Amino acid sequence: MQNNEEGQKLVYMDHAATTYTDPEVVNAMVPYFTEYFGNPSSPYTIAKESEDAIEKAREKVANAINAKTDSVFFTSGGTESDNWAIKGVAFANKNKGNHIITTAIEHHAVLHPCEWLEKQGFDVTYLPVDKYGHVNVDDVRDAITDQTILITVMFANNEIGTIEPIKEIGKIARENGVYFHTDAVQAIGQVPVDVEDMNIDLLSLSGHKFYGPKGTGALYIKKGVKIDNFMHGGAQEKQRRAGTENVPGIVGLGEAIERVTSDIENHAKRMQALRDRLINGLLEIPKTHLCGHPTERLPNNVNIVFEYIEGESILLMLDSYSIAASTGSACTSASLEPSHVLVGCGLPHEIAHGSLRLSLGKENTEEDVDYVLSVVPNIIERLRSMSPMATK
Amino acid sequence: MAMYSKKVMDHFMNPRNVGEMENPDGVGEVGNPKCGDIMRMYLKIEDNIIQDAKFMTFGCGAAIASSSMATELIKGKTLEDAWDVSNKAVADALEGLPSIKMHCSVLAEEAIHKAINDYRQKQNLSLWGEKEEEKPE
Ligand SMILES: Cc1ncc(COP(=O)(O)O)c(C=O)c1O
Ligand code: FES
Repeated sequence: MQNNEEGQKLVYMDHAATTYTDPEVVNAMVPYFTEYFGNPSSPYTIAKESEDAIEKAREKVANAINAKTDSVFFTSGGTESDNWAIKGVAFANKNKGNHIITTAIEHHAVLHPCEWLEKQGFDVTYLPVDKYGHVNVDDVRDAITDQTILITVMFANNEIGTIEPIKEIGKIARENGVYFHTDAVQAIGQVPVDVEDMNIDLLSLSGHKFYGPKGTGALYIKKGVKIDNFMHGGAQEKQRRAGTENVPGIVGLGEAIERVTSDIENHAKRMQALRDRLINGLLEIPKTHLCGHPTERLPNNVNIVFEYIEGESILLMLDSYSIAASTGSACTSASLEPSHVLVGCGLPHEIAHGSLRLSLGKENTEEDVDYVLSVVPNIIERLRSMSPMATK
Repeated sequence: MAMYSKKVMDHFMNPRNVGEMENPDGVGEVGNPKCGDIMRMYLKIEDNIIQDAKFMTFGCGAAIASSSMATELIKGKTLEDAWDVSNKAVADALEGLPSIKMHCSVLAEEAIHKAINDYRQKQNLSLWGEKEEEKPE
């Protein structure tokens, strides 16, 4: 990673926002820009190279989530996969019912399609979560009606890292003959994902969250699931997703997912140790709380709220120390609303204001963690010394 | 995230006049209805002139920089002139704010007004209204 003007190494702890593309992944992609640039639909030799590369990538994605190869469809990313899954299932099954169940803390790529569907005559139940961000499995069961056609619950939350009871929800969905979709964008490469074992019918993933290229993703669709197309046009992806394939992107996605899932247990163990060191260190600062579940959370996610101060100010000061992180503060959102996830966990507005998310990645070290721990307490103290809340 | 001018970053990283004030002559505390932030302004006033100003702010970078700049702009001014320091003047002095952050400078203007009126109330003087024409010449 690069250094800033003063020579301080950039300590990037915003991997939940995006990751760098692994140089090995880039290397794997390059030939498909320049050498094997053929349109996979064309009948000549270099086009065959593109087509083969896509199928190899498809196999890698399928292996990573224990899916059948022909159930994986490439998309332009997590957002498209979520939109396709939700709108596609809703419209293909509206003769069976018009009810969808989701949670209050989904990513906007799930919430906004659900809200849009409400305008098209569908009913959506937004289940609440507990203070850790967990959805209650019994609530899911109780919300099912004879009109329910889809349950969509995220695998792990992007802000607070809480991991949802996916396997149990999948089981309930299956028992009730309802399709189950999960947005696993944050989970891939962090925790094992197995669509067979976890009763998952549809699953979204996105390349740029695991050292793959941006604008790449996939939707797993279990064989037999009734779903309409989302992109209409050419006959690509077995006539399920139109548009000339992003061949280098797909190659990169395959390469990246194979790499992050090959040694997931050791990676997770290392991340978890760094995470807990960071959490324990930060919690020593007074009037500081952990958001999300203490153990059932992504191994790379730290989310802390500091009372009396505001998150954007924290980020600006961290930036001056070359530390990149994120916040759920209202002041950083275009809508000036605090994060729906923190509010969904029951945090009052003014507490959600002081949130800091640090999401770790494979290049982070113990030195990085200790550097952050050496910087943050001073920043918090400085900002609190300016805050009218702290002195009241 | 909004990108700030060098001036904003300077006033954010090295805020002027931050802190509490002992026995202020006027105090104004305002909340930002948009994002929920709070700004408190303290004034020391002698012979109708603002001798000293201090602030405490719970808010974003733009809110802290606006508070800092606002205190700088009103120090040494008569109450009338200080009252006329608009949020736009604060933002201009900061070499501009991103449009989504203009409301943070409004907080500074309101805090000045509230602190001045707090002083006037304590002096048994009539309160000034938000509109120009209501201010006595
Ligand atoms: C949980 C979750 N879902 C969906 C997305 C959207 O993915 P993409 O950026 O690939 O469209 C993100 C990333 O921001 C995410 O964290
Ligand atoms: S104070 Fe909240 S956006 Fe500036």
